[in-house]
Amino acid sequence: MTNWLRRLYFFAIGLFLALPLIVVLGVSVNEKQTLAFPPKGFSLAWYSEIFVNPEWRSALVASVLLATTSAALAVLIALPLSWFLWRRIAPWANIFQVLGIAPFTLPPVITALGLLTFWATTGFYGQPWTAVIGHAIFFVTLPLVTLSLGFSAIDRSFVEAAATMGASDRTIFRTVILPLILPYLVSGYAFAFVLSLNEYIVAYMTVGFTLETLPIKIFNALRYGYTPTMASVTILFVATAAVIFSLVAKFGDLPKLLGAMAADDK
Amino acid sequence: MKREPPQSVADYGPLFFPAGMLLIFFVVPFGTMIAVSFFQRQQGGFYTPAFVFSNYERFLSVFFGGVLGFSLMLAITVAICCVVLALPFTYLLSKMARRLQVVWLVALLSVLSLSEVIIGFAWSTLFSRTAGITNILVELGVMKQAVALSPSFGAVLTGMVYQAFPYTVLVLYPAIVRLDPTLVEAARTLGSSPLRAFFNVLVPALRNTIMATLIMVFIFALGSYLLPQILGRPQHWTLSVLITDQAIYQSNMPFAAAMAVFLVLVTLGLVALTLLIGRKGEKA
Repeated sequence: MTNWLRRLYFFAIGLFLALPLIVVLGVSVNEKQTLAFPPKGFSLAWYSEIFVNPEWRSALVASVLLATTSAALAVLIALPLSWFLWRRIAPWANIFQVLGIAPFTLPPVITALGLLTFWATTGFYGQPWTAVIGHAIFFVTLPLVTLSLGFSAIDRSFVEAAATMGASDRTIFRTVILPLILPYLVSGYAFAFVLSLNEYIVAYMTVGFTLETLPIKIFNALRYGYTPTMASVTILFVATAAVIFSLVAKFGDLPKLLGAMAADDK
Repeated sequence: MKREPPQSVADYGPLFFPAGMLLIFFVVPFGTMIAVSFFQRQQGGFYTPAFVFSNYERFLSVFFGGVLGFSLMLAITVAICCVVLALPFTYLLSKMARRLQVVWLVALLSVLSLSEVIIGFAWSTLFSRTAGITNILVELGVMKQAVALSPSFGAVLTGMVYQAFPYTVLVLYPAIVRLDPTLVEAARTLGSSPLRAFFNVLVPALRNTIMATLIMVFIFALGSYLLPQILGRPQHWTLSVLITDQAIYQSNMPFAAAMAVFLVLVTLGLVALTLLIGRKGEKA
């Protein structure tokens, strides 16, 4: 009885999460440019449209470039910071950890407006690279959290052993710490990458008038009516996110990354 | 190599780049925004350095009060809906086999990472007359004619709950996984039904977690910016929409900045409250 109820509950939640995406999937294979569900006819033309149509393609390229570079920059900020906090006793340096987490905790419009006033004041408003920095700062939280978790999982005796054998700080970092931290580094990068790909407001407020990322392009297109390409882009994005997170789950420990203790360290 | 305090300037080396980036591109912009909120607005979208409170005085209007009240009410409603839906879900999820848990977590993360634009578009499709959910109801004979369900308050609320639900689960998840499983077992052994055990044992044990989660989701919902625009009417616009509107379209940066500063104060107050609750929870 209760088992049956539980299944129903999970089914309802699953349906709630999946329903909009199912409808969008249906809409994306319509043969003609109509918003119809169930779809009329079947065509994958709206998927090739993303890559063939120059406007959608340039938005896709802009989004992917922005996501790859800003996630890399976020990791470059997070790695030395979390390493320093793990290696040294410097309580005041924790302030930078707080600063790294703050942009993600506050409503995004605040980070966006702060960056907008900043770039407008310094005269760089609208330069494409300002969005890279904006996203890196906005999403630095993610690699920061995964890396802190990764460092706390490192057994310090490994490092001590290496030091006793005469390895320098640099060698220890390269040969002991980096291999141990790599899964956390990759998942931090993956989280930042996927979120940057989907981010709207920071990109819009900083470079909205000069660079069209995919979310900005979808919103602009939405104002002028409907095209099925929006639906195919949506499905592409969901699929990308699902694939990336599945890979993180396959090569890392997803429940642990999300804060659950691994079964053996209880 | 023990953990030790930095000995020389070189030991601080790794800190330079991250600290510099965060100071220049987060702290300075934040300060700039606060400064601009006191600036004097000029006609034509410019502003000059000054120290005036007129931007804050504009808060004291009926219109602004209405928007603020609506934003807070909407965020509270979203937070309550999400926690009510997510609490039993997360508890049952934590009891599942690990493989199945991972599948659900991947699905939740995928939905969580979706752009607001995409969520807005997907729900507006689902709520549309031509491709929407009402078509299914017509097929089933429940309704006579397909209707458009958006724009409406219900549509905004649904979209925002959809967006915040995965976030709520992921905030609750660590606390619930770490919960002592013997608590519920004891209640069950003593003869209470699963539902009673859930409400009489689990919910009180998680009281602080629930409060903290409500606040976290509230802040998350407060940041929602596109959904009220895509799924709602202008009277459903939130403070976030108003801030962007003032900054980009009305070119009134000082007023936008003043509203943003106000939003920060509200948020920080709530974060402080969360931390306070968390500390109390640790003592108990």
